[in-house]
Amino acid sequence: MKLTGAQIMIKSLEAEGVDYVFGLPGGAILPTFDALYDSKKLKFILVRHEQGASHMADGYGRATGRPGVCLVTSGPAATNTVTGLATAYMDSAPMVCITGQVATGVIGSDAFQEADVCGITRPVTKHNYLIKDVRDVARTVKEAFYIAKTGRPGPVLIDFPVDVSRATTEFDYPDSVDIRGYEVPSKGNPVNIQRAADLINKSKRPCLYVGGGAVVSGAQKEVVELVEKTGIPITTTVLGLGIFPENHPSSLRMLGMHGTVYANYTVQRSDLLIAIGARFDDRVTGNIQKFCPQAKIIHVDIDPASISKTVHVDVDIVGDVKPVLKQLNKLVTNRRGKIRDWLKQVQEWKDKHPLKYRKETQELQQEHIIRKIGEITKHNAVVATGVGQHQMWTAQWYQFAAPRSMITSGGLGTMGYGFPAAIGAQLGRPGETVVCIDGDGSTQMTMCELATAAYYKIPVKLFIMDNEHHGMVRQWQELFYRERYSGSQTGPSNPNFIKLADGYGVQAFSMTQKEDVEKVIKQALAHKGPVLVHCRVEKKGNVYPMVPAGHALDQVMDMA
Amino acid sequence: MRHTISVLVENHFGVLARVAGLFSARGFNIDSLAVGETQDPSVSRMTIVARGDDRILDQITKQLNKLVDVIKVQNLSETDMIDRELVLVKTDASADKRGNIMQIVNTFRAKIVDVSQSCMTIEVTGGESKVEAMLTLLSPFGVREVVRTGVIAMARASELTPPARSKAKKSVKKKAKSKATV
Repeated sequence: MKLTGAQIMIKSLEAEGVDYVFGLPGGAILPTFDALYDSKKLKFILVRHEQGASHMADGYGRATGRPGVCLVTSGPAATNTVTGLATAYMDSAPMVCITGQVATGVIGSDAFQEADVCGITRPVTKHNYLIKDVRDVARTVKEAFYIAKTGRPGPVLIDFPVDVSRATTEFDYPDSVDIRGYEVPSKGNPVNIQRAADLINKSKRPCLYVGGGAVVSGAQKEVVELVEKTGIPITTTVLGLGIFPENHPSSLRMLGMHGTVYANYTVQRSDLLIAIGARFDDRVTGNIQKFCPQAKIIHVDIDPASISKTVHVDVDIVGDVKPVLKQLNKLVTNRRGKIRDWLKQVQEWKDKHPLKYRKETQELQQEHIIRKIGEITKHNAVVATGVGQHQMWTAQWYQFAAPRSMITSGGLGTMGYGFPAAIGAQLGRPGETVVCIDGDGSTQMTMCELATAAYYKIPVKLFIMDNEHHGMVRQWQELFYRERYSGSQTGPSNPNFIKLADGYGVQAFSMTQKEDVEKVIKQALAHKGPVLVHCRVEKKGNVYPMVPAGHALDQVMDMA
Repeated sequence: MRHTISVLVENHFGVLARVAGLFSARGFNIDSLAVGETQDPSVSRMTIVARGDDRILDQITKQLNKLVDVIKVQNLSETDMIDRELVLVKTDASADKRGNIMQIVNTFRAKIVDVSQSCMTIEVTGGESKVEAMLTLLSPFGVREVVRTGVIAMARASELTPPARSKAKKSVKKKAKSKATV
């Protein structure tokens, strides 16, 4: 029996095991929405803005490891997903975005709601397709999902012209893909793994630096085993948070611009840095010229282009973190005896420079609220964030214990990412506690999705840290721009968040003093539906420690 | 340093834009680019001449390899290669100059492909140094227009390396093996 391209699209998504589709209909995608109406397997989540759909798909993807799907129309809808695609691309989140397109016959004629979506999204997707023939629909979907989730994952976009979605052909979903230009590295070169083990086994001041690649690879067990076996201290990037329990004595927590002093000192003074699924981002390395000057570097990464991109690497292992570490773990030895002085030094740094905040102040501090959220959720909630001070404080104070629990825009730094991503994460992991810690600036960028959460009763707990500023901008202006607060104040124009939540039919709580913190968090978590908690926090708190941009990692500004 | 990079790509819509976009997005400069079908009509070959140090070249190669539509990347500058470019030169050629120009053309084994009262069009084929030398010698006569194809190149067949043609074919097949069942 012949099916339309639209029906084939929906059947193909079903065949991929998709359960949720995030999106918003419009002209060029109407045939597909019509076919979606008949689907018993796909649940559709109507968003209020397509950017929200793209972040939801991304959040779903990061929380589950399965590509999130977003389905929108052509032109402005497609361009609205671009921020979401770029966010997912920078952080290697699996996602498939299907955009309607004008009919093939009028492509290029500046038709209504036409945009060159493949052209626009080319630099922010892992790959993209324009389907010109209905016989290519099934194969394209198969390839898109395969590319999105394998290797270094990423967003894949399918541009789907309306006439192709109406044309008919036989439906036959392929069970394998054949892409000759696409290779997925897997196990790593055994010679280089042996060389890495040799370096580890004779290092005096080793340090592990683990990123999102380890999370994507599902290598938690192997990372823990490597640390347990060797005794080497471990620090993670913001996307690596949760791959290793932060209450473990070997954990140095996060490194980089707002990482712990002791993580940065350890990396900087090491003689061997073992980078695993991390890409030496400038927020991690600080001044690249001065980055760990005495260290040899081992780099395990599935993306060959990440290797020696910004720093010179001594031993490179191109492969999937999990199988590589499985092999490496067999070859490394217990280093505790041999590196005793180093471990002692690291412990001294830990004792001398712990993370801290001013406990004597009467103002509500974000650090305190976040720490309490961590304690009350037993460090195993899924936590999404926006971008800014609250994001860094979440990274510092939540104390992550499980992989795929920190859902945050690390690479692109997309404000407004948190709440829609939390919605996607919640749908991907029903029954788990999903918290969004957001700023008053960030949250207003995608605030309209409160309607989505309310309508579908998605029980995300949104904590808005309202300091009446774009806090991180204000912090930089205070420190580096002579306190000239140009454009960073939101307070005078912020809405009444409680009334706003009320308007959307979302349960709201407010938190204004220290005594409220635990009580309100517990109330919010106990509520069955979505919740907005308005936290009126200290206006001029700064995130410390801080390595100013362009400085070496050990040139840290810390709280007195 | 200049590098001649040979890139086998799927003969698809939009591939040229992907490759060119990669160069511009990553801040790499392209000196020349030539594209054409290979013996296999589903595969095109791009010959790209780009400038940069080893680190840039390394990134170019890796980033090109990441493109799904790219089948194989080879830096021909590392091998013994044959490189050719075709150039058309329209130069002033009043009757008194023609003899001199024809001498140069003969020396370089170039061809005169069009003559009018006041000018001549010359076709020259060769490697970079030959083409540059020819253009330098013609410049005093008054060059009006130059059109270049950009360099195309091929690795030389030798005892040590298999013929470039079968090598390319083999690698196409080899990558085609990256099948997966999901």
